[in-house]
Amino acid sequence: MNMLTAMTALQNKLLQFPGGDIFSQILTIVFYAFFFVFLFYGQRFQMQIMLREVESSLHKLRYIKDEGRKIAIETIKEIGKPQTDPTARVDRFLEYFTITPQSLDPAGVVWKLEHILDVRDVRFKDEVKLMAPSADETQTYNLENTLEAAMALNYIYKVIRHFYLLGKKTLSLYIIMQIQMTLPLIMREAEAYANALKAFAHGQPIGDGGGALVAAKLMHGYETRKIPKDNVGATVPIEGRTAYVIKAEGPGGNVGKPGDAIKTIIEENEGKIATIVMVDAALKLEGEEVGEVAEGVGAAIGGPGVDQFKIEESILKYRIPINAVIIKEDIGDAVSPMRKEIFDAADKAVERIKQVILERTKEGDKVIIVGVGNSIGIGQ
Amino acid sequence: MGETPSSTTTRTSSFVLMIIFITLALSLTALILATTAFSGGQEVTAGYLLLLGFLGVAASTYVLFQARRRILRLRIAAPSITTTIECKKCGFKSVRDFQRGDYVFKEVEPCQKCSDKMLITAIYREVKEKEKERSFS
Repeated sequence: MNMLTAMTALQNKLLQFPGGDIFSQILTIVFYAFFFVFLFYGQRFQMQIMLREVESSLHKLRYIKDEGRKIAIETIKEIGKPQTDPTARVDRFLEYFTITPQSLDPAGVVWKLEHILDVRDVRFKDEVKLMAPSADETQTYNLENTLEAAMALNYIYKVIRHFYLLGKKTLSLYIIMQIQMTLPLIMREAEAYANALKAFAHGQPIGDGGGALVAAKLMHGYETRKIPKDNVGATVPIEGRTAYVIKAEGPGGNVGKPGDAIKTIIEENEGKIATIVMVDAALKLEGEEVGEVAEGVGAAIGGPGVDQFKIEESILKYRIPINAVIIKEDIGDAVSPMRKEIFDAADKAVERIKQVILERTKEGDKVIIVGVGNSIGIGQ
Repeated sequence: MGETPSSTTTRTSSFVLMIIFITLALSLTALILATTAFSGGQEVTAGYLLLLGFLGVAASTYVLFQARRRILRLRIAAPSITTTIECKKCGFKSVRDFQRGDYVFKEVEPCQKCSDKMLITAIYREVKEKEKERSFS
């Protein structure tokens, strides 16, 4: 009974307006109103805030995408001197897509993927030549890279817009949340591509070219020859060993096919290669310094995986040991103009390669050194 | 891509600008009225008007600056790229801004000192590091 009385008293106390004045009464009503509104519509408010955040990023992405398109068109007009306005062709190019091969039966999928990528590459180069008939080979490569960066920006914008509109349409918290949570990383990538676009348009070396720069430093001053596909190689004496240094042919924006180049050199030497050293730029973890040089084993190469597969097949055939030297950088540095720290790291990487060769091979041995990465702005 | 290439993102909408300027005008009017009320002996009204005027001016100025900051944030900053040219014979070194067509190991103009061919030895951008994070290194 006592309990019931106490409960009723508490209820009355809670329901009555505290204090007698009008101000307190208004405050209490406002408080209760807020309480109930947030109780039932809290999630919706949260969703609206998230949508607003995505919308603001979407505005920025649209601006970046438009700028990218503008830079690409201007560069084509400036370098390629086309007879007609390339705008419509550029717009069509930005919508190009590539369908990856079916992998239900994975046997042979790498070769199928390679074929698709080759077709894509030829198609892109033909398109660029049509858009910019006056461009030379180096400029054609750079324009292709510029257009690919603009294409990536266009794609990012469209994906984010898709999820934004889908989230708005369905009012699904999970659709909105997943895009809002990954947005900071996506924005970083988009900003990196925006910087890359200018670097490609001007033919400036980018962070990804760290490996190519190391190879260029090693082969500079020696006679070079073309190695399939789109690579150059030089025979360089290092610490009493014969080093076959390979990189993508520069200074145009080109990554070559290091897998084919390594296979060619191995076959030319009938598998008598003491070791392979691959140098590449690699993504650093937060907290690590840009330009830090690290060493390990394995095929240091990114991309769709075709070249890594080919390299691994070639070394397995002759049981050739493979070493890797990497230059650390973040995604923004990888596709934007090369930072001084990365440039300076090339000399450190050269020293590290020499150390690996000294420790892992004997005098008179043959080694392969591969500088992996985009050779834009880097000669040989 | 049916959208117009000239993005409207970088422009502050005229509606927002109109609201900001109306608020600013009303706030300034409130400040003027406050002085009139104060000289008329209505201190309490003057106080309220003063408070309202200052709040309005502060809010509209803040929104205006925020809109401008948003536009500045959107711009893609072009970093300055440095090209280093060296003479391999006498070691003469010159540094200049990047020019289209430059690439590492490109032979350029003859050396000013020994007239030998000079070589581009470096192309890079320098990044001013922001305040170092309190790292866990």
